[in-house]
Amino acid sequence: MSSRAPWRGQLGAVVWLVLIWNLLFGEFTVGNVLGGLAVAALVLVVFPLPAVAFSGRLRPLPLLRFAARFVVDLVSASAQVAWSALRFGREPRSAVIAVPLRVPTDLNLTLTAEALSLVPGSLIVEVDREAGTLYVHVLDVRARADVERARAQVLALEARIVRATGSAEEVRLVQAASTDRGVAR
Amino acid sequence: MTVVVVTVAALLLAAALLTLVRIVRGPSLLDRVVATDVLLAVIVAALGAEAALNRHATTLPILVVLAILGFVGSVSVVRFAVRPPDGPDTDARGGRETVGERP
Amino acid sequence: MTGVADVLSAVCLITGALLSLIAAIGLVRFPDVLSRMHAATKPQVLGLLLILAGIGFRLRTGADITTLLLIAVFQLATAPVAAHMVGRAAYRSELVRRDLLLLDEAAEAADGGRDPAARLG
Repeated sequence: MSSRAPWRGQLGAVVWLVLIWNLLFGEFTVGNVLGGLAVAALVLVVFPLPAVAFSGRLRPLPLLRFAARFVVDLVSASAQVAWSALRFGREPRSAVIAVPLRVPTDLNLTLTAEALSLVPGSLIVEVDREAGTLYVHVLDVRARADVERARAQVLALEARIVRATGSAEEVRLVQAASTDRGVAR
Repeated sequence: MTVVVVTVAALLLAAALLTLVRIVRGPSLLDRVVATDVLLAVIVAALGAEAALNRHATTLPILVVLAILGFVGSVSVVRFAVRPPDGPDTDARGGRETVGERP
Repeated sequence: MTGVADVLSAVCLITGALLSLIAAIGLVRFPDVLSRMHAATKPQVLGLLLILAGIGFRLRTGADITTLLLIAVFQLATAPVAAHMVGRAAYRSELVRRDLLLLDEAAEAADGGRDPAARLG
C-alpha cells in the first residue's frame, strides 16, 4: 500500500466492480448500484490485492493509438498464423527470444505481456520479473533478421503502452531508446 | 440467410471435429488442454452464431460464464495436474515469479 | 439500414467461423505444443471478437451490447493468463521440440548461469 494515495486504487477498484456488476444485469438502476457497492466492498475486504504502483497517468490520444494499432496487429498476425497453418510442406521453425523491457515496472511488464499474448504469433514462456525481461516464443522465424524484427516489434509495443500509461520520465526513457534503435540491446 | 447458417455450421463442425482429433491424439496433457480451449472457443462461436442468426439474447449469459470458465479450467488443470520435472531449484530462484507461482 | 447490418453480421460470423476452422487445422498440423498454442489464440481472441460483433450487428439493443462488451473484456483479460500458464508449463517440462527452435535465449541465459529454467540447459 503506497503512502501517497492509499485510497485511490481502492476507489478505482470499487468503481470498476460496480460497473461490471451493472453490466452483468444489463441495466443501471439504483438497486443494482447499491447491490454492486455491497458486493464490491465484500470482494475488496475478503480478497485484498497488493497495491499496484501506478506513477503515470492515462493519456487518451496515445491510448487510442495503442488500441488502433493493437487491432491492426491482431488482424495481420492472425492472417500470418493462418497462412503458416495452411501452407503445405515444411514445418514452421520458431525461436525463444529475450526482450529486456526499458521500463521494468510490474504494471508495464503485465500490460506488455498481456497485449503480447493476445496477439497470435507471440507467446510468453518465461518472465524474469527482477530484470524486467520477457522470454517470448515467436512462430515462423527463418533467419536472424526475423528474430531482430520480432524483438523490435515487442519494444515498439512497449513504447506504445508506456506512452499511453507511463509517467513523463518513463516516456522520455522509451523515446530516448527508440531514437537510437539498433543499439537498444 | 440460409446460406450463412449452412456455411457457419459447416465451418464450425469441421473445426470441432479437427480439435477432437487433437484431443484424442494428444500426445501430452498440455496438447489436450490447448485443444479443449479451442473446442470451447468453437462452442462459444456456435452459441453466439445461433443467437445472432435467430435474433435472440437468451444464450448471452451462457457466453459470459463460458468466457470465464474456460480460463479457470485450463489454469487449474495446468496448475494441479501437470508436474514439470521440478527440482528444488524452484525455490532457490526466488524472485522470479509470474502469474500464479507455486506457493 | 437493416440489410446492411445483417450483411455485416453475416460477414463477421463467417469470418469468425473460418478463423476457428483454420485454428483447428493449425492445431492438427503444427509440430509441437507451443506452435499449436499460437494457432489456438486465433479463435479465442479475433474469432470471438468477430462473432460478438456479428451478434451486435443483429441484435442492436443497448442491454445486449453491454453484455457482449462484458464477454469481450472477460475473455481478453483471462486468455493471456491461461496461455502463459500453459506455455510456461510446456516450456519447462521438455515438451518443446528444441530441434525446431532457431534460437533459444531463455536457455542461453540459463547457460550463462544467470537464469531461467536452469535445468533445461
